[in-house]
Amino acid sequence: MANHNISVTINGAARAAEVESRLLLVHFIRETLRLTGTHIGCDTSHCGACTVLLDGEPVKSCTVLAVQADGRQVRTVEGLEQGGKLHPVQEGFTEKHGLQCGFCTPGMLMTSVALLERNKNPNEQQIREAISGNLCRCTGYVNIVKAVQYAAEKMR
Amino acid sequence: MIPAAFDYHRPASLDEATALLARFGDGAKVLSGGMSLLPLLKLRLGAVEHLVDIGRIAGLEYIKEEGGVLRIGGGTRQATLDRSELIGGKYAILRDAVPLIADPVVRNRATVGGNLANGDPANDLPAVMIALGATFVARGCKGERSIAANQFYKGLFSTALAQDEILTEVRVPVPAGRSGGAYFKLKRKVGDFASAAAAVQLTLDAKGAIENAAIALTNAGPTPLELTDAARLLAGKAPDEKLFADVARLAAEKSSPSADRRGSVEYKRDMARVLVTRALRKAVERAGG
Repeated sequence: MANHNISVTINGAARAAEVESRLLLVHFIRETLRLTGTHIGCDTSHCGACTVLLDGEPVKSCTVLAVQADGRQVRTVEGLEQGGKLHPVQEGFTEKHGLQCGFCTPGMLMTSVALLERNKNPNEQQIREAISGNLCRCTGYVNIVKAVQYAAEKMR
Repeated sequence: MIPAAFDYHRPASLDEATALLARFGDGAKVLSGGMSLLPLLKLRLGAVEHLVDIGRIAGLEYIKEEGGVLRIGGGTRQATLDRSELIGGKYAILRDAVPLIADPVVRNRATVGGNLANGDPANDLPAVMIALGATFVARGCKGERSIAANQFYKGLFSTALAQDEILTEVRVPVPAGRSGGAYFKLKRKVGDFASAAAAVQLTLDAKGAIENAAIALTNAGPTPLELTDAARLLAGKAPDEKLFADVARLAAEKSSPSADRRGSVEYKRDMARVLVTRALRKAVERAGG
């Protein structure tokens, strides 16, 4: 079946590649671009480990085709740190122990970043709702909520 | 998981899209948000030769009220609908339903048209649109036609859409004064389909009796289930708990859910009864009764 030439801006850098129609965005990110910070968890659009920002909105990249991202902006966890300095959300997860095994963390970070870009001062319920499509099996979410609150304060 | 190979098309207009659908016939499927279709292809529960992506066609995402009709573009993402100030109030049933669909990240991609046109009886918006008395606009090669929501669902994953048709718009008549609606859904966790769910929309007359009502259930059979007998039982009567209980019992009898990991047939029927009762109570309260 036909291949497609796509160009995607990843973390600010333009990247072009020829991809098969059926290539999933998460495989494009991990295997074609070798950005392995984005994880594959359930692979059925439930767990959110593969969450990246597509034109600023969190999406589950296991359930988006790479061709659907053609011409768009994608942000992954690798794009959060700037000039050797952690993003406030990353700092929050470190300071508040927002992770244990770390598997859900890249997706959790991206969803949290998108939340704080939309709402600078979310309450606990809004944070819990925003991350309700991202599953964590370690923390019980308590410290993740604290981490997002930490970041919100830092970003204000 | 990787889907079986297919070809991908990205038409720039609806005319181009319907022409592609006509050309490829049964081998083609419309890709909107992809939140149902892509998991299905990945799990290889289905295969397709051609995906026709309507996601870049301009002008399919809008929510507006004009001429006594709420018009929702088929390409409207559920997150956009969720943030619209137009839902809620007269359309409280939509305010109830939208945040219960899948999860917030999925709702950033999932579209109203996809949820309705997919024909999955587990989807939430079909029952809601049936209760609201909505019509769907189908656009094909030969032009547009309207299909009533309660005539749209023909069987499991089977709808009234022809192979070359795309659901481009939902039209909801603005509810009359003293109307109210509600959607109650029982699910095991965020992101799950309904174990049972009930949609109610009704209008009260000047004396506070129920002038007309519509009830529909999600995941209670091969198609979204409109309960005309149960709704007829409400007409002309003053709303009270006894009436709600009678109607809810009838609704549960008419429902025909399948047993699965969400529960037995008996359990789901009883949950439908409970949820219809709650939805009736809330709908009457919102109607000012």
